[in-house]
Amino acid sequence: MSANSWTIAAARDALRKGDITAVDLTMSCLTAIDAGDALNAFVHKTPEIALDQARAADARLATGEAPAMCGIPLGIKDLFCTKGVPSQAASNILRGFKPEYESTVTTKLFDAGAVMLGKLNMDEFAMGSSNESSCYGNAVNPWKVDDRALTPGGSSGGSAAAVAADLCLAATGTDTGGSIRQPAAFTGIVGIKPTYGRVSRWGIVAFASSLDQAGPMTKTVRDAAIFLQAMAGHDPKDSTSADIAVPDFEAALTGDIRGKVIGIPKEYRMDGMPEEIEALWQNGIAMMRDAGAEIRDISLPHTKYALPAYYVIAPAEASSNLARYDGVRYGHRAKLAQGDGITEMYEKTRAEGFGPEVQRRVMTGTYVLSAGFYDAYYNRARRVRALIKRDFDLAFAAGVDAILTPATPSSAFGLGEMANASPVEMYLNDVFTVTVNLAGLPGVAVPVGLDAKGLPLGLQLIGKPWDEAGLLNHAYVLEKAAGFVSKPRKWW
Amino acid sequence: MSIDIDTARKVAKLARIRVEEADLPKLAQDLSGILGFMEQLNEVDVTGIEPMTSVTPMRLKRRADVVTDGNIQAAVLKNAPDAREGFFAVPKVVE
Repeated sequence: MSANSWTIAAARDALRKGDITAVDLTMSCLTAIDAGDALNAFVHKTPEIALDQARAADARLATGEAPAMCGIPLGIKDLFCTKGVPSQAASNILRGFKPEYESTVTTKLFDAGAVMLGKLNMDEFAMGSSNESSCYGNAVNPWKVDDRALTPGGSSGGSAAAVAADLCLAATGTDTGGSIRQPAAFTGIVGIKPTYGRVSRWGIVAFASSLDQAGPMTKTVRDAAIFLQAMAGHDPKDSTSADIAVPDFEAALTGDIRGKVIGIPKEYRMDGMPEEIEALWQNGIAMMRDAGAEIRDISLPHTKYALPAYYVIAPAEASSNLARYDGVRYGHRAKLAQGDGITEMYEKTRAEGFGPEVQRRVMTGTYVLSAGFYDAYYNRARRVRALIKRDFDLAFAAGVDAILTPATPSSAFGLGEMANASPVEMYLNDVFTVTVNLAGLPGVAVPVGLDAKGLPLGLQLIGKPWDEAGLLNHAYVLEKAAGFVSKPRKWW
Repeated sequence: MSIDIDTARKVAKLARIRVEEADLPKLAQDLSGILGFMEQLNEVDVTGIEPMTSVTPMRLKRRADVVTDGNIQAAVLKNAPDAREGFFAVPKVVE
Protein backbone atom coordinates (compact mmCIF):
# COMPACT_ATOMS: atom_id res chain seq x y z
CA MET A 1 0.00 0.00 0.00
CA SER A 2 1.67 3.23 -1.07
CA ALA A 3 2.20 5.80 1.65
CA ASN A 4 -0.30 8.36 0.32
CA SER A 5 -3.10 5.95 1.25
CA TRP A 6 -2.00 5.73 4.90
CA THR A 7 -3.91 7.14 7.81
CA ILE A 8 -2.44 9.96 9.91
CA ALA A 9 -2.06 7.53 12.82
CA ALA A 10 -0.12 5.00 10.73
CA ALA A 11 2.06 7.68 9.16
CA ARG A 12 2.79 9.27 12.54
CA ASP A 13 3.96 5.96 13.94
CA ALA A 14 6.03 5.12 10.84
CA LEU A 15 7.65 8.56 10.82
CA ARG A 16 8.56 8.30 14.50
CA LYS A 17 10.01 4.83 14.01
CA GLY A 18 11.97 6.01 11.00
CA ASP A 19 10.24 3.56 8.65
CA ILE A 20 9.61 6.41 6.22
CA THR A 21 10.77 10.02 5.90
CA ALA A 22 8.41 12.98 5.67
CA VAL A 23 10.01 13.77 2.30
CA ASP A 24 9.17 10.32 0.91
CA LEU A 25 5.67 10.46 2.34
CA THR A 26 5.17 13.91 0.80
CA MET A 27 6.58 12.75 -2.57
CA SER A 28 4.11 9.89 -2.57
CA CYS A 29 1.23 12.38 -2.17
CA LEU A 30 2.65 14.81 -4.75
CA THR A 31 2.84 11.95 -7.27
CA ALA A 32 -0.76 10.96 -6.52
CA ILE A 33 -1.86 14.59 -6.87
CA ASP A 34 -0.24 14.95 -10.29
CA ALA A 35 -1.94 11.74 -11.40
CA GLY A 36 -5.27 12.96 -10.00
CA ASP A 37 -5.90 16.07 -12.08
CA ALA A 38 -9.13 14.56 -13.43
CA LEU A 39 -10.61 15.00 -9.95
CA ASN A 40 -9.89 18.76 -10.02
CA ALA A 41 -9.41 18.62 -6.26
CA PHE A 42 -6.09 20.49 -5.92
CA VAL A 43 -6.46 23.89 -7.60
CA HIS A 44 -3.17 25.45 -6.44
CA LYS A 45 -0.35 22.96 -5.95
CA THR A 46 2.51 23.96 -3.62
CA PRO A 47 5.16 21.23 -4.06
CA GLU A 48 8.10 23.50 -3.16
CA ILE A 49 6.50 24.57 0.12
CA ALA A 50 5.57 20.95 0.81
CA LEU A 51 9.10 19.64 0.32
CA ASP A 52 10.61 22.46 2.40
CA GLN A 53 8.19 21.70 5.20
CA ALA A 54 8.84 17.96 4.85
CA ARG A 55 12.61 18.45 5.15
CA ALA A 56 12.07 20.58 8.25
CA ALA A 57 9.76 17.89 9.64
CA ASP A 58 12.40 15.21 9.10
CA ALA A 59 14.93 17.31 11.02
CA ARG A 60 12.45 17.71 13.86
CA LEU A 61 11.53 14.01 13.85
CA ALA A 62 15.22 13.20 14.17
CA THR A 63 15.28 14.98 17.54
CA GLY A 64 12.59 12.60 18.84
CA GLU A 65 10.46 15.53 20.00
CA ALA A 66 7.98 15.84 17.13
CA PRO A 67 4.25 16.46 17.65
CA ALA A 68 1.70 14.03 16.14
CA MET A 69 1.09 16.06 12.97
CA CYS A 70 4.81 16.49 12.22
CA GLY A 71 5.51 15.45 8.63
CA ILE A 72 1.84 14.72 7.81
CA PRO A 73 0.95 15.91 4.26
CA LEU A 74 -2.36 17.76 4.14
CA GLY A 75 -4.59 19.52 1.64
CA ILE A 76 -5.89 22.97 2.66
CA LYS A 77 -9.28 24.24 1.58
CA ASP A 78 -9.01 27.37 -0.55
CA LEU A 79 -11.03 29.26 2.09
CA PHE A 80 -8.00 29.38 4.42
CA CYS A 81 -5.64 32.31 3.93
CA THR A 82 -2.14 30.97 3.41
CA LYS A 83 0.72 33.45 3.23
CA GLY A 84 2.03 34.05 -0.27
CA VAL A 85 -0.17 31.30 -1.74
CA PRO A 86 -3.35 32.03 -3.74
CA SER A 87 -6.36 32.00 -1.38
CA GLN A 88 -9.39 32.71 -3.50
CA ALA A 89 -12.36 31.07 -1.77
CA ALA A 90 -12.95 29.62 -5.28
CA SER A 91 -14.12 33.06 -6.41
CA ASN A 92 -13.08 35.19 -9.37
CA ILE A 93 -13.38 38.25 -7.17
CA LEU A 94 -10.26 37.11 -5.27
CA ARG A 95 -8.28 36.18 -8.38
CA GLY A 96 -4.63 36.95 -7.77
CA PHE A 97 -5.05 37.46 -4.03
CA LYS A 98 -2.05 36.22 -2.08
CA PRO A 99 -2.48 36.94 1.63
CA GLU A 100 0.27 38.67 3.54
CA TYR A 101 -0.68 36.63 6.59
CA GLU A 102 -1.41 33.06 7.65
CA SER A 103 -4.71 31.83 9.12
CA THR A 104 -4.57 30.69 12.75
CA VAL A 105 -5.50 27.11 11.79
CA THR A 106 -2.73 26.77 9.20
CA THR A 107 -0.29 28.52 11.54
CA LYS A 108 -1.06 25.95 14.23
CA LEU A 109 -0.76 23.08 11.75
CA PHE A 110 2.56 24.34 10.39
CA ASP A 111 3.86 24.96 13.91
CA ALA A 112 3.03 21.30 14.60
CA GLY A 113 5.13 20.32 11.58
CA ALA A 114 2.35 19.52 9.11
CA VAL A 115 3.03 19.73 5.37
CA MET A 116 0.84 21.70 2.95
CA LEU A 117 0.49 20.02 -0.46
CA GLY A 118 -1.73 22.73 -1.96
CA LYS A 119 -5.11 24.41 -1.93
CA LEU A 120 -8.34 22.52 -2.47
CA ASN A 121 -11.39 23.16 -4.60
CA MET A 122 -14.69 24.21 -3.00
CA ASP A 123 -17.93 26.00 -3.76
CA GLU A 124 -17.48 29.74 -4.21
CA PHE A 125 -17.31 31.36 -0.75
CA ALA A 126 -18.41 27.95 0.62
CA MET A 127 -21.91 28.53 -0.75
CA GLY A 128 -23.11 25.29 -2.25
CA SER A 129 -23.64 21.58 -1.71
CA SER A 130 -22.09 20.16 -4.88
CA ASN A 131 -18.84 22.06 -5.58
CA GLU A 132 -20.49 23.28 -8.81
CA SER A 133 -20.28 27.00 -7.95
CA SER A 134 -16.45 27.07 -7.99
CA CYS A 135 -14.49 29.44 -10.25
CA TYR A 136 -12.13 26.51 -10.84
CA GLY A 137 -14.86 24.25 -12.24
CA ASN A 138 -16.35 21.18 -10.55
CA ALA A 139 -14.41 18.92 -8.26
CA VAL A 140 -15.22 15.29 -9.12
CA ASN A 141 -16.06 12.47 -6.72
CA PRO A 142 -13.57 9.57 -6.98
CA TRP A 143 -16.56 7.25 -6.47
CA LYS A 144 -18.17 6.27 -9.76
CA VAL A 145 -20.71 3.58 -10.64
CA ASP A 146 -21.43 4.28 -14.32
CA ASP A 147 -20.21 6.76 -16.91
CA ARG A 148 -21.55 9.75 -14.96
CA ALA A 149 -19.19 12.06 -13.05
CA LEU A 150 -20.60 12.48 -9.53
CA THR A 151 -20.39 15.41 -7.16
CA PRO A 152 -18.13 15.02 -4.12
CA GLY A 153 -20.62 17.26 -2.29
CA GLY A 154 -19.93 20.76 -1.07
CA SER A 155 -18.78 23.10 -0.10
CA SER A 156 -15.61 21.19 0.96
CA GLY A 157 -15.82 19.06 -2.21
CA GLY A 158 -12.15 19.27 -3.15
CA SER A 159 -11.15 18.30 0.41
CA ALA A 160 -13.47 15.27 0.33
CA ALA A 161 -12.36 14.13 -3.12
CA ALA A 162 -8.66 14.52 -2.25
CA VAL A 163 -8.92 12.50 0.97
CA ALA A 164 -11.13 9.77 -0.53
CA ALA A 165 -8.79 9.42 -3.53
CA ASP A 166 -5.67 9.25 -1.29
CA LEU A 167 -4.12 12.40 -2.77
CA CYS A 168 -3.34 13.47 0.80
CA LEU A 169 -3.60 11.93 4.24
CA ALA A 170 -6.27 14.41 5.37
CA ALA A 171 -7.58 17.88 4.60
CA THR A 172 -9.03 20.92 6.29
CA GLY A 173 -12.68 21.74 5.68
CA THR A 174 -15.13 24.34 6.89
CA ASP A 175 -18.78 23.86 7.73
CA THR A 176 -21.46 26.56 7.80
CA GLY A 177 -24.51 24.39 7.10
CA GLY A 178 -23.03 20.94 6.47
CA SER A 179 -20.03 21.68 4.26
CA ILE A 180 -17.75 19.21 6.05
CA ARG A 181 -20.27 16.48 6.86
CA GLN A 182 -22.20 16.24 3.57
CA PRO A 183 -19.09 15.88 1.34
CA ALA A 184 -17.57 13.45 3.87
CA ALA A 185 -20.73 11.31 3.60
CA PHE A 186 -20.72 11.52 -0.22
CA THR A 187 -17.13 10.25 -0.42
CA GLY A 188 -17.01 7.66 2.38
CA ILE A 189 -14.71 9.56 4.75
CA VAL A 190 -14.97 11.06 8.25
CA GLY A 191 -15.65 14.77 8.81
CA ILE A 192 -16.26 16.62 12.06
CA LYS A 193 -17.62 20.11 12.61
CA PRO A 194 -16.50 21.14 16.10
CA THR A 195 -18.48 23.18 18.62
CA TYR A 196 -18.75 26.82 17.54
CA GLY A 197 -15.74 28.54 19.10
CA ARG A 198 -13.53 25.45 19.38
CA VAL A 199 -11.44 26.33 16.32
CA SER A 200 -10.31 29.87 15.47
CA ARG A 201 -11.95 31.47 12.45
CA TRP A 202 -9.16 34.04 12.08
CA GLY A 203 -7.81 34.09 8.54
CA ILE A 204 -10.60 31.93 7.15
CA VAL A 205 -12.59 33.83 4.52
CA ALA A 206 -15.88 34.60 6.28
CA PHE A 207 -19.23 33.36 4.95
CA ALA A 208 -21.66 33.47 7.90
CA SER A 209 -19.68 34.32 11.00
CA SER A 210 -22.13 32.98 13.60
CA LEU A 211 -22.22 29.58 11.86
CA ASP A 212 -18.77 29.04 10.29
CA GLN A 213 -16.47 26.52 11.91
CA ALA A 214 -13.41 24.72 10.54
CA GLY A 215 -12.70 21.04 11.08
CA PRO A 216 -10.75 18.04 9.82
CA MET A 217 -11.72 15.66 6.99
CA THR A 218 -9.96 12.33 7.42
CA LYS A 219 -9.91 8.63 6.59
CA THR A 220 -10.71 7.49 10.14
CA VAL A 221 -12.18 8.74 13.40
CA ARG A 222 -8.79 8.38 15.10
CA ASP A 223 -7.27 10.66 12.46
CA ALA A 224 -10.05 13.20 13.07
CA ALA A 225 -9.15 13.18 16.79
CA ILE A 226 -5.42 13.68 16.11
CA PHE A 227 -6.01 16.39 13.49
CA LEU A 228 -8.64 18.30 15.49
CA GLN A 229 -6.25 18.36 18.45
CA ALA A 230 -3.79 20.36 16.35
CA MET A 231 -6.44 22.79 15.01
CA ALA A 232 -8.34 23.55 18.21
CA GLY A 233 -7.75 26.05 20.97
CA HIS A 234 -8.23 29.61 22.07
CA ASP A 235 -7.10 32.42 19.78
CA PRO A 236 -7.13 36.04 20.97
CA LYS A 237 -7.52 37.09 17.32
CA ASP A 238 -11.02 35.50 17.12
CA SER A 239 -13.29 37.11 19.72
CA THR A 240 -15.71 34.14 19.52
CA SER A 241 -12.99 31.57 20.09
CA ALA A 242 -13.54 29.88 23.44
CA ASP A 243 -10.96 30.18 26.17
CA ILE A 244 -11.40 26.66 27.49
CA ALA A 245 -9.01 23.74 27.68
CA VAL A 246 -8.76 21.30 24.78
CA PRO A 247 -8.91 17.71 26.05
CA ASP A 248 -6.88 14.84 24.57
CA PHE A 249 -9.26 13.70 21.84
CA GLU A 250 -7.34 10.58 20.84
CA ALA A 251 -7.15 9.39 24.44
CA ALA A 252 -10.95 9.65 24.59
CA LEU A 253 -11.30 6.86 21.99
CA THR A 254 -11.91 4.05 24.46
CA GLY A 255 -14.52 2.26 22.37
CA ASP A 256 -16.68 1.99 25.46
CA ILE A 257 -20.11 3.61 25.27
CA ARG A 258 -21.95 1.26 27.62
CA GLY A 259 -24.75 3.05 29.41
CA LYS A 260 -24.57 6.12 27.18
CA VAL A 261 -27.89 7.42 25.90
CA ILE A 262 -28.28 7.84 22.14
CA GLY A 263 -31.20 10.02 21.09
CA ILE A 264 -33.10 9.23 17.89
CA PRO A 265 -35.06 12.32 16.80
CA LYS A 266 -38.34 11.42 15.16
CA GLU A 267 -38.39 14.68 13.15
CA TYR A 268 -35.42 13.47 11.08
CA ARG A 269 -37.66 10.83 9.49
CA MET A 270 -38.58 12.94 6.46
CA ASP A 271 -41.43 12.34 4.04
CA GLY A 272 -40.15 10.73 0.90
CA MET A 273 -36.83 9.76 2.51
CA PRO A 274 -35.27 6.89 0.49
CA GLU A 275 -35.72 3.48 2.10
CA GLU A 276 -31.99 2.91 1.93
CA ILE A 277 -31.36 5.90 4.19
CA GLU A 278 -33.95 4.66 6.69
CA ALA A 279 -32.39 1.16 6.61
CA LEU A 280 -28.91 2.62 7.14
CA TRP A 281 -30.18 4.60 10.11
CA GLN A 282 -31.78 1.50 11.63
CA ASN A 283 -28.51 -0.40 11.16
CA GLY A 284 -26.64 2.37 12.95
CA ILE A 285 -29.15 2.30 15.81
CA ALA A 286 -28.66 -1.47 16.13
CA MET A 287 -24.86 -1.03 16.19
CA MET A 288 -25.03 1.50 19.01
CA ARG A 289 -27.45 -0.72 20.95
CA ASP A 290 -25.17 -3.74 20.48
CA ALA A 291 -22.31 -1.66 21.85
CA GLY A 292 -24.26 -1.25 25.08
CA ALA A 293 -25.81 2.18 24.56
CA GLU A 294 -29.37 2.94 25.54
CA ILE A 295 -31.47 4.00 22.52
CA ARG A 296 -34.04 6.64 23.30
CA ASP A 297 -36.65 8.24 21.01
CA ILE A 298 -36.53 12.00 21.33
CA SER A 299 -38.28 14.97 19.78
CA LEU A 300 -36.64 18.09 18.36
CA PRO A 301 -39.88 19.82 17.38
CA HIS A 302 -38.45 22.83 15.52
CA THR A 303 -36.29 20.77 13.14
CA LYS A 304 -38.55 21.55 10.19
CA TYR A 305 -37.82 25.26 10.53
CA ALA A 306 -34.04 24.94 10.56
CA LEU A 307 -33.56 25.21 6.80
CA PRO A 308 -35.72 28.32 6.30
CA ALA A 309 -34.11 29.95 9.36
CA TYR A 310 -30.66 29.09 8.03
CA TYR A 311 -31.46 30.53 4.62
CA VAL A 312 -32.35 33.84 6.26
CA ILE A 313 -29.44 34.03 8.72
CA ALA A 314 -26.60 32.74 6.51
CA PRO A 315 -27.32 35.05 3.54
CA ALA A 316 -27.86 38.00 5.91
CA GLU A 317 -24.42 37.49 7.44
CA ALA A 318 -22.92 36.79 4.00
CA SER A 319 -24.28 40.03 2.54
CA SER A 320 -22.53 41.89 5.34
CA ASN A 321 -19.27 39.88 5.21
CA LEU A 322 -19.00 40.05 1.42
CA ALA A 323 -19.45 43.83 1.36
CA ARG A 324 -15.65 44.01 1.68
CA TYR A 325 -15.20 42.79 -1.91
CA ASP A 326 -15.39 46.19 -3.53
CA GLY A 327 -12.44 46.22 -5.91
CA VAL A 328 -10.42 48.55 -3.70
CA ARG A 329 -8.20 46.57 -1.34
CA TYR A 330 -7.67 43.17 -2.97
CA GLY A 331 -8.71 40.93 -5.81
CA HIS A 332 -10.53 41.84 -8.96
CA ARG A 333 -11.51 45.33 -10.12
CA ALA A 334 -13.67 45.76 -13.21
CA LYS A 335 -12.45 47.79 -16.18
CA LEU A 336 -14.30 51.07 -16.03
CA ALA A 337 -15.87 53.05 -18.84
CA GLN A 338 -15.35 56.77 -19.42
CA GLY A 339 -17.20 58.70 -16.73
CA ASP A 340 -17.75 55.73 -14.38
CA GLY A 341 -17.62 56.72 -10.72
CA ILE A 342 -17.02 54.71 -7.59
CA THR A 343 -20.55 53.25 -7.49
CA GLU A 344 -20.16 51.88 -11.02
CA MET A 345 -16.81 50.44 -9.95
CA TYR A 346 -18.44 48.58 -7.05
CA GLU A 347 -21.37 47.36 -9.11
CA LYS A 348 -19.39 46.18 -12.11
CA THR A 349 -16.65 44.61 -9.98
CA ARG A 350 -19.15 42.62 -7.91
CA ALA A 351 -21.20 41.58 -10.96
CA GLU A 352 -18.08 40.28 -12.69
CA GLY A 353 -16.44 38.79 -9.62
CA PHE A 354 -19.28 36.95 -7.90
CA GLY A 355 -20.90 33.88 -9.45
CA PRO A 356 -24.71 33.47 -9.68
CA GLU A 357 -25.24 31.60 -6.37
CA VAL A 358 -23.13 34.11 -4.40
CA GLN A 359 -24.96 37.02 -6.03
CA ARG A 360 -28.29 35.42 -5.19
CA ARG A 361 -27.35 34.92 -1.54
CA VAL A 362 -25.89 38.41 -1.14
CA MET A 363 -29.09 39.90 -2.56
CA THR A 364 -31.31 37.64 -0.44
CA GLY A 365 -29.37 38.77 2.62
CA THR A 366 -29.58 42.40 1.56
CA TYR A 367 -33.35 42.06 1.24
CA VAL A 368 -33.96 40.40 4.62
CA LEU A 369 -31.83 43.05 6.34
CA SER A 370 -33.39 46.00 4.52
CA ALA A 371 -35.58 48.54 6.27
CA GLY A 372 -39.08 47.21 6.85
CA PHE A 373 -38.12 43.52 6.56
CA TYR A 374 -35.48 43.19 9.27
CA ASP A 375 -38.01 42.20 11.93
CA ALA A 376 -40.20 40.08 9.69
CA TYR A 377 -37.36 37.94 8.37
CA TYR A 378 -34.05 38.35 10.17
CA ASN A 379 -35.25 38.80 13.74
CA ARG A 380 -37.90 36.11 13.33
CA ALA A 381 -35.24 33.69 12.03
CA ARG A 382 -33.03 34.47 15.02
CA ARG A 383 -35.94 33.76 17.35
CA VAL A 384 -36.56 30.42 15.62
CA ARG A 385 -32.84 29.73 15.92
CA ALA A 386 -33.12 30.18 19.69
CA LEU A 387 -35.95 27.61 19.72
CA ILE A 388 -33.92 25.13 17.66
CA LYS A 389 -31.08 25.40 20.13
CA ARG A 390 -33.51 25.00 23.03
CA ASP A 391 -34.76 21.71 21.52
CA PHE A 392 -31.21 20.34 21.77
CA ASP A 393 -30.60 21.84 25.23
CA LEU A 394 -33.70 20.07 26.54
CA ALA A 395 -32.68 16.73 25.00
CA PHE A 396 -29.20 16.92 26.53
CA ALA A 397 -30.59 18.08 29.88
CA ALA A 398 -32.82 14.99 29.88
CA GLY A 399 -29.73 12.80 29.80
CA VAL A 400 -29.02 12.26 26.10
CA ASP A 401 -25.28 11.91 25.40
CA ALA A 402 -25.34 11.97 21.61
CA ILE A 403 -27.89 12.04 18.80
CA LEU A 404 -27.81 9.73 15.77
CA THR A 405 -29.28 10.83 12.42
CA PRO A 406 -28.68 10.29 8.70
CA ALA A 407 -25.97 12.60 7.30
CA THR A 408 -27.56 13.27 3.91
CA PRO A 409 -30.92 12.62 2.25
CA SER A 410 -29.26 10.65 -0.60
CA SER A 411 -25.93 9.35 -1.88
CA ALA A 412 -23.84 11.48 -4.26
CA PHE A 413 -25.73 12.75 -7.30
CA GLY A 414 -24.43 13.42 -10.78
CA LEU A 415 -22.68 16.68 -11.59
CA GLY A 416 -25.09 18.83 -13.59
CA GLU A 417 -28.13 16.78 -12.52
CA MET A 418 -29.41 19.58 -10.32
CA ALA A 419 -28.84 22.25 -12.98
CA ASN A 420 -32.55 22.77 -13.47
CA ALA A 421 -33.45 22.49 -9.80
CA SER A 422 -34.54 25.64 -8.00
CA PRO A 423 -32.12 27.11 -5.42
CA VAL A 424 -34.44 25.83 -2.69
CA GLU A 425 -34.28 22.22 -3.97
CA MET A 426 -30.50 22.37 -3.77
CA TYR A 427 -30.73 23.70 -0.20
CA LEU A 428 -32.51 20.49 0.89
CA ASN A 429 -29.14 18.71 0.86
CA ASP A 430 -28.41 20.39 4.18
CA VAL A 431 -31.60 19.24 5.87
CA PHE A 432 -29.92 16.92 8.42
CA THR A 433 -26.80 18.99 9.04
CA VAL A 434 -27.92 22.59 9.27
CA THR A 435 -29.57 22.28 12.72
CA VAL A 436 -26.15 21.56 14.20
CA ASN A 437 -24.68 24.86 12.95
CA LEU A 438 -27.68 26.83 14.14
CA ALA A 439 -27.29 25.32 17.62
CA GLY A 440 -23.47 25.64 17.59
CA LEU A 441 -23.02 21.93 18.37
CA PRO A 442 -20.34 19.47 17.29
CA GLY A 443 -21.41 16.99 14.59
CA VAL A 444 -19.53 14.21 12.84
CA ALA A 445 -20.26 12.22 9.67
CA VAL A 446 -19.10 8.60 9.72
CA PRO A 447 -19.17 6.28 6.67
CA VAL A 448 -21.44 3.35 7.47
CA GLY A 449 -22.29 1.53 4.24
CA LEU A 450 -22.87 1.49 0.50
CA ASP A 451 -26.21 1.98 -1.22
CA ALA A 452 -27.57 -0.41 -3.87
CA LYS A 453 -25.65 1.48 -6.56
CA GLY A 454 -22.41 1.02 -4.63
CA LEU A 455 -22.03 4.59 -3.36
CA PRO A 456 -21.07 5.47 0.21
CA LEU A 457 -23.64 6.58 2.77
CA GLY A 458 -22.91 8.11 6.14
CA LEU A 459 -24.60 8.69 9.45
CA GLN A 460 -24.27 11.77 11.61
CA LEU A 461 -23.67 11.89 15.35
CA ILE A 462 -24.41 15.14 17.17
CA GLY A 463 -22.75 15.86 20.51
CA LYS A 464 -23.11 18.15 23.49
CA PRO A 465 -21.38 21.54 23.34
CA TRP A 466 -17.60 21.16 23.93
CA ASP A 467 -17.93 17.36 24.09
CA GLU A 468 -16.02 16.55 20.89
CA ALA A 469 -14.12 13.97 22.96
CA GLY A 470 -17.28 12.03 23.83
CA LEU A 471 -18.68 12.55 20.35
CA LEU A 472 -15.56 11.15 18.68
CA ASN A 473 -15.71 8.12 20.96
CA HIS A 474 -19.28 7.45 19.85
CA ALA A 475 -18.16 7.89 16.24
CA TYR A 476 -15.29 5.49 16.87
CA VAL A 477 -17.72 2.83 18.10
CA LEU A 478 -19.98 3.35 15.06
CA GLU A 479 -16.97 3.21 12.71
CA LYS A 480 -15.72 -0.04 14.22
CA ALA A 481 -19.17 -1.66 14.14
CA ALA A 482 -19.86 -0.55 10.56
CA GLY A 483 -16.47 -1.76 9.39
CA PHE A 484 -16.58 0.45 6.31
CA VAL A 485 -13.41 -0.30 4.35
CA SER A 486 -14.52 0.27 0.74
CA LYS A 487 -12.43 2.50 -1.46
CA PRO A 488 -13.34 4.01 -4.81
CA ARG A 489 -12.04 2.02 -7.80
CA LYS A 490 -9.27 4.05 -9.40
CA TRP A 491 -10.37 5.43 -12.81
CA TRP A 492 -8.55 8.77 -12.82
CA MET B 1 -44.63 37.51 -0.56
CA SER B 2 -43.39 37.84 -4.10
CA ILE B 3 -40.69 40.16 -5.33
CA ASP B 4 -41.52 42.31 -8.36
CA ILE B 5 -39.02 43.60 -10.88
CA ASP B 6 -38.76 47.03 -9.26
CA THR B 7 -37.94 45.47 -5.90
CA ALA B 8 -35.35 43.20 -7.51
CA ARG B 9 -33.74 46.25 -9.12
CA LYS B 10 -33.69 48.03 -5.76
CA VAL B 11 -32.14 45.05 -3.96
CA ALA B 12 -29.44 44.72 -6.61
CA LYS B 13 -28.68 48.42 -6.18
CA LEU B 14 -28.48 48.12 -2.39
CA ALA B 15 -26.16 45.11 -2.76
CA ARG B 16 -23.99 47.06 -5.25
CA ILE B 17 -24.26 44.31 -7.85
CA ARG B 18 -24.98 45.35 -11.42
CA VAL B 19 -27.88 43.33 -12.85
CA GLU B 20 -28.89 43.91 -16.48
CA GLU B 21 -32.56 44.80 -17.08
CA ALA B 22 -33.04 41.59 -19.06
CA ASP B 23 -31.94 39.51 -16.05
CA LEU B 24 -34.25 41.17 -13.52
CA PRO B 25 -37.33 38.96 -14.12
CA LYS B 26 -35.28 35.79 -13.41
CA LEU B 27 -33.76 37.39 -10.32
CA ALA B 28 -37.21 38.43 -9.07
CA GLN B 29 -38.48 34.89 -9.62
CA ASP B 30 -35.50 33.30 -7.78
CA LEU B 31 -35.79 35.68 -4.84
CA SER B 32 -39.55 35.11 -4.64
CA GLY B 33 -38.97 31.36 -4.48
CA ILE B 34 -36.44 31.73 -1.67
CA LEU B 35 -38.67 34.14 0.29
CA GLY B 36 -41.63 31.80 -0.20
CA PHE B 37 -39.53 29.09 1.46
CA MET B 38 -38.78 31.44 4.38
CA GLU B 39 -42.50 32.13 4.89
CA GLN B 40 -42.70 28.82 6.79
CA LEU B 41 -41.12 30.67 9.71
CA ASN B 42 -44.42 32.48 10.20
CA GLU B 43 -45.94 29.20 11.46
CA VAL B 44 -43.70 29.27 14.55
CA ASP B 45 -44.93 30.82 17.78
CA VAL B 46 -42.02 33.01 18.87
CA THR B 47 -43.85 34.87 21.60
CA GLY B 48 -41.46 35.82 24.38
CA ILE B 49 -38.39 34.40 22.59
CA GLU B 50 -35.43 36.76 22.24
CA PRO B 51 -33.53 36.77 18.94
CA MET B 52 -30.34 34.76 19.39
CA THR B 53 -27.23 36.93 19.49
CA SER B 54 -24.66 34.32 20.49
CA VAL B 55 -24.91 30.57 20.16
CA THR B 56 -22.77 29.94 23.22
CA PRO B 57 -23.31 32.12 26.26
CA MET B 58 -20.23 34.31 26.26
CA ARG B 59 -19.17 37.85 26.96
CA LEU B 60 -16.95 39.41 24.40
CA LYS B 61 -13.45 39.78 25.70
CA ARG B 62 -11.98 43.20 26.29
CA ARG B 63 -8.41 44.32 26.02
CA ALA B 64 -6.51 47.51 26.68
CA ASP B 65 -7.04 50.13 23.98
CA VAL B 66 -3.46 50.19 22.77
CA VAL B 67 -1.74 49.82 19.43
CA THR B 68 -0.56 46.23 19.05
CA ASP B 69 0.74 46.28 15.50
CA GLY B 70 1.36 48.63 12.60
CA ASN B 71 4.06 49.82 10.22
CA ILE B 72 2.94 47.33 7.58
CA GLN B 73 1.80 49.77 4.90
CA ALA B 74 3.45 47.84 2.09
CA ALA B 75 1.80 44.59 3.18
CA VAL B 76 -1.60 46.26 3.45
CA LEU B 77 -1.34 47.70 -0.06
CA LYS B 78 0.29 44.65 -1.63
CA ASN B 79 -2.93 43.14 -3.03
CA ALA B 80 -4.63 46.37 -4.08
CA PRO B 81 -5.70 46.55 -7.74
CA ASP B 82 -4.52 50.18 -7.76
CA ALA B 83 -2.26 51.65 -5.08
CA ARG B 84 -0.32 54.89 -5.48
CA GLU B 85 1.95 56.87 -3.19
CA GLY B 86 1.01 54.78 -0.20
CA PHE B 87 -2.75 54.93 -0.73
CA PHE B 88 -5.54 52.87 -2.24
CA ALA B 89 -6.58 54.60 -5.47
CA VAL B 90 -10.24 54.75 -6.58
CA PRO B 91 -12.22 56.75 -9.14
CA LYS B 92 -13.01 60.30 -8.11
CA VAL B 93 -15.55 60.28 -5.26
CA VAL B 94 -16.16 64.00 -4.63
CA GLU B 95 -16.68 66.49 -7.47
